[in-house]
Amino acid sequence: MKLVLNVNGAARALELEDRTSLLDALRDGVGLKGTHAGCEHGVCGTCTVLLDGDAVRSCLLLAAQAEGHAVTTIEGVTPGPGELSIVQDSFVETHGMQCGYCTPGMVLTAGALLRDNPKPTRDEIVEAISGNLCRCTGYGQIVEAIALAAERLQRSNTP
Amino acid sequence: MTVQLQPPFRYVGHKRRVREDRRFVAGGGHFAADLVLAGMLHCAPVQSEHPAAIIVSIDASAALALPGVRAVLTGAQLAAASEPLMNGAHTPLVVRYPLAVGQVRYAGEWVAMVVAESRALAEDARELVRVEYEQLPFVTDGEAAMAEDAPLVHPPHGSNVLLDRHFVWGPVAERFAAAPHKLAYRVRWARSSTVPLETFAVTAQWDASQDVLDVWASIQMPKFPDQIARSLRLPGNAVRVHYDVDVGGSYGVKRGIKHAVLVGHLARVLGRPVRLVEDRLENMTGGDMQGPERVFDVELAFGGDGRVHAMKMRALDNVGAYAGRSPFQLGKPIGAIVGPYAIEAVEYHALAVASNKTPQEAVRGFGQAPTNYALETGIDKVAAALGLDRLEVRQRNFIRADQFPYLIPSGTTYDSGNYVGLLEKTVAVADLFAERDALRAQGLLAGVGIASCLEPSGGNSSFEPLLNPANRTTTWMESCRIHVDALGGITAAMHTTTSGQAHETLVSVAVAEVLEIPPERIRVIRPDSLASLPSNSPVGSRMAIMLGGAAVRAAQKLRAQLLAIAAHDMDVPQHLLRYSEGDVQAPDGRKLAWQELVVIAHREYFRLPPGMEPGLSASSIYMVPTGGALPKDDKVQMYPCHSFEFHYILVAMDKVLCRPQIRRYIIGHDCGQVISPDVVKGMTLGGIAHGIGAALLEEFSIDAQTGQPTAASFMDYLLPSSHEVPLVEIVHQVTPSPLTVFGQKGSGESGYLGSPAAIAGAINDALAPHGVRVDQLPMRPALLSDLLEGTNA
Repeated sequence: MKLVLNVNGAARALELEDRTSLLDALRDGVGLKGTHAGCEHGVCGTCTVLLDGDAVRSCLLLAAQAEGHAVTTIEGVTPGPGELSIVQDSFVETHGMQCGYCTPGMVLTAGALLRDNPKPTRDEIVEAISGNLCRCTGYGQIVEAIALAAERLQRSNTP
Repeated sequence: MTVQLQPPFRYVGHKRRVREDRRFVAGGGHFAADLVLAGMLHCAPVQSEHPAAIIVSIDASAALALPGVRAVLTGAQLAAASEPLMNGAHTPLVVRYPLAVGQVRYAGEWVAMVVAESRALAEDARELVRVEYEQLPFVTDGEAAMAEDAPLVHPPHGSNVLLDRHFVWGPVAERFAAAPHKLAYRVRWARSSTVPLETFAVTAQWDASQDVLDVWASIQMPKFPDQIARSLRLPGNAVRVHYDVDVGGSYGVKRGIKHAVLVGHLARVLGRPVRLVEDRLENMTGGDMQGPERVFDVELAFGGDGRVHAMKMRALDNVGAYAGRSPFQLGKPIGAIVGPYAIEAVEYHALAVASNKTPQEAVRGFGQAPTNYALETGIDKVAAALGLDRLEVRQRNFIRADQFPYLIPSGTTYDSGNYVGLLEKTVAVADLFAERDALRAQGLLAGVGIASCLEPSGGNSSFEPLLNPANRTTTWMESCRIHVDALGGITAAMHTTTSGQAHETLVSVAVAEVLEIPPERIRVIRPDSLASLPSNSPVGSRMAIMLGGAAVRAAQKLRAQLLAIAAHDMDVPQHLLRYSEGDVQAPDGRKLAWQELVVIAHREYFRLPPGMEPGLSASSIYMVPTGGALPKDDKVQMYPCHSFEFHYILVAMDKVLCRPQIRRYIIGHDCGQVISPDVVKGMTLGGIAHGIGAALLEEFSIDAQTGQPTAASFMDYLLPSSHEVPLVEIVHQVTPSPLTVFGQKGSGESGYLGSPAAIAGAINDALAPHGVRVDQLPMRPALLSDLLEGTNA
C-alpha cells in the first residue's frame, strides 16, 4: 500500500503493508524513533502522538487512518537541534522523567492539555495524564513540570 | 578505608538539572529497539500453551516455507550449541536454556524462535509452527509444590525445593521461653513485578572477520558479557556489549540473559544481525520478569512494654519454573532482617520452591519489600495485642542514634541512623489520627498506616556465599576512568548501562566536586564492555555509593597527579601547594593554571616529574567499603549502608465498593548526604508509586485449574496511573554514613520498601473497628468488600 503521511509538517510518501500501525509507520517507515512502543494495546500511552493537535495512541491507529491528518511527533515539537520548547524545558527543570521512555508521550499529552486549558488545576493535570503511564516517577515531578510549563506559557509571548 | 569529603560542598547536594533529561525530553534517547542495522532479521517466539508438557515434536516446515522466513530455532538445536544459563543456588540438575528443551515447565515458555525479514512476518510464521505436546501434571502453588506427591518441575532434581536454609542467630529459644507475650501470624505477598514500559529488547551482530559478537540490549545485569560468552562458548573478549544503550526502565528485572544468548547464537549461525523485541504479551508471560511471591509465617516474642525480644520467620518463595538468581532474593533481606529494631535473636527459614509458573527475576529491593511488609505487620500486631500506640511501639523498639554502628544478630553492622528523630519530624507534619477520626465521623472507613523500614544499599554479593557455600564470590566493585584531553577537556567513563537513575549526572557531580570544576564541563561516556573496567551494574541500590565512590577516587588520583606536576615544575614541596578550581598555586603566589598543567602533561615531557607517565588520566576500581569477607558461623556483613524511611499515611474507603484512596502520604526519608536532590526525590516518589501497585493493584494471577496466566496485559495487570498516586509530602533528614565518600547512602529503592507495608497497615486500621483484617497483598476492593460483608460496617 502506498500512502502519504503528513508528519511534522512534511509530506512523507511511504510504501507499507496494509496492516501497519501508525506507530510502526513512524518508527520504521519515517524513521522517527522518538515515538516509543509500550503495551501496543492502547493502555499505557507511551506511543502518544498528536493527530490534528489531539493526543492519540499511535499503536491503535493504522497508518492508513492517519492519511489526510497532521501527525505531530516529539521531534515535531522540538524547536531545533539542541533546543527545547517551553513544555520540554519545564520537564527538564523539574526532572519530570527518569528513564525517558514515556517522556515523549507525556510531553505531547501535556502540550495538548495546555493548548486547550492554559491554566489547569492540579486535578486537571492529573486527569489529563491519567492515560499515560509512567513507571519511574510516581508522576509527582511530571505534574510539577506541567504546572510550571503552564505558568511559563502564561508569561511568554510564544504559544 | 574511604576518606570522606566534608561539607560544605560545591556541587553535591545542590539543585542541578539532570543532564540525561535533555535528550529524553526531545525524543533523543537511544533505546535498544531504536537501533537499525543493515540486513537485520526479526524474531518472534513460539510459546508453550501448557504449564507442563513433554515436547513430542516440533514441525516448522510450513513456517519455513513462508517467503521471508529465515530460520526456526528449537530448544534442542540451541542446547546442542550452547551451555546452560547460570544458576545462583546450588541446583546443578535444574538446567535452563533460553528455549525449552524436551519439556515445557510453564505456560508461555519459549519453545522455538522464528526468525524472518520482518517482525510481522515472524509473527505470521509462528502461527504455522506445529508443536505436539504430551501434557503432564503441574503445580502452581508454592506450598502445594512442596508436598510429597507434587508433580516435579525438574524431575532430575528430585524435589521442587531449590533452596532450604535454616538460620538461628542469637538465643531464640531462650527468648521465646522467657517472653511474657507471643504471637504468630501469616502474611502473603502476591507475585508482582516492576513491569517497565519498555519491554526487553536486544540486537546482536556477529563480525566473522574479527570474531566478535556485538550486543545492544536493554539490560541491568551484573556480569552480562561474561555470561553471554560462557553460554555461547566464546572467549570473554569476543563479546562486546554496548553500554551506551538507554534502558527504558528496569528496577531490577532487565536481566535478559536468555534473550541475549538466543539472539547472539542466531546472529552467529545466520550471519546477519538479529533483533528480538518482546511485545507486551511475550514480556509478561515468557519474558521471565516476574517478582517474588511469598508466604511468611512469623512468630514474635515480646514484653508487656511492646519490646520485641525475638523473631522466628519462615519465608516461602514460589520462584517459578527455573532457579536463576531468584533464590538469592531470600538472602539479601538477611542484612536487615530486624529492620530498624533492636531485636536480639532471630530464626530465619528460607525456602525457594519451583512451580509451573514463569520464572522469577530480581525486583527492586531484591526481596526486602516483602520482608519489610512481614515485619511491619508484626509490629502493628504487637501494638494491637497490648493496646499500645503503634508509633510508641516503634519508638520503643528502634535502635537508638547513640547505638551506631550497630551489629544485628545476622552479622551485618548498620552504619548510621537516627530513627526516632525522623519519626518525630514526620509525625509533626500532621495529626493523621485526628484526620482519620474526622473521616470516620463522615461515615467513611479510614485508617492511618505506619511503616519504618531500612533500605540496605551499596550492594555486594554476600548473600551468594551465605546461601551457597560453593560460591565464593565476594568481590563486588564499580569503576570509573577519567581522561583529560590535550585541550583540557575532561571525560569520565562509567562502565555499565543506565536505566533512568541519572548516573551520568552522578559521575559529573562527583568528579566536579573533587576537581572543583563545574559538572557541565565534564563529559560522561559509557564505552562498550571491551573498553570498560569491571562493573557490577546498578543493582542493590549501589550506584550513588559505588559509582560515586569510584568517580571520587579517580578524580582524587587525577588531582594528585596535577599537584605532583606542579610541585616538580615550581620546585615547591607538594604539601605547600594549594589546589583550587583546576589551578595550583604556590605559597609565593606563583600559579600554574589548568591549561598550563594540561600542556605540561600532554606536550612538555621535559617538565614532567621523572618517571611520571605523560597525559592526564586516572581510574578507580572501587570495592564495597565494608570489604569482602566470607560468611562465618552463618553470619555475614551484607550491604554497607542503611537508609531509613518512615511512612505515615492516611487511607479512606467507602463502605460499599471499598476502593482505597490515599488521602495523605507523608514520608520521612534519610539517605545520608544527598548528591542530586531531584533524582532522590524522583526515586522516592516513583518507589512509593510502585509500592502502591504492589499493595493495591498488581498481581500476576494464574488460573489454578489450567495453569494459565490470567493477567498478561495492561488490561488485567493494572499499573498505578496518576489517579492512584497521591501528592506525596517528603520530610528530609540527613544522617551521613561514615563509610562513603560524601556520607551518602542509597536511594534507588526508597519508597517501595515501605509503602506496601504502610498501605496494608492503613487498610487494617480502617477495618479494625469492624473486627476484620487482611494479611495479603494486593488488597483489592473485591477482597475488602467481601470481608466487610456481614460485619457491622
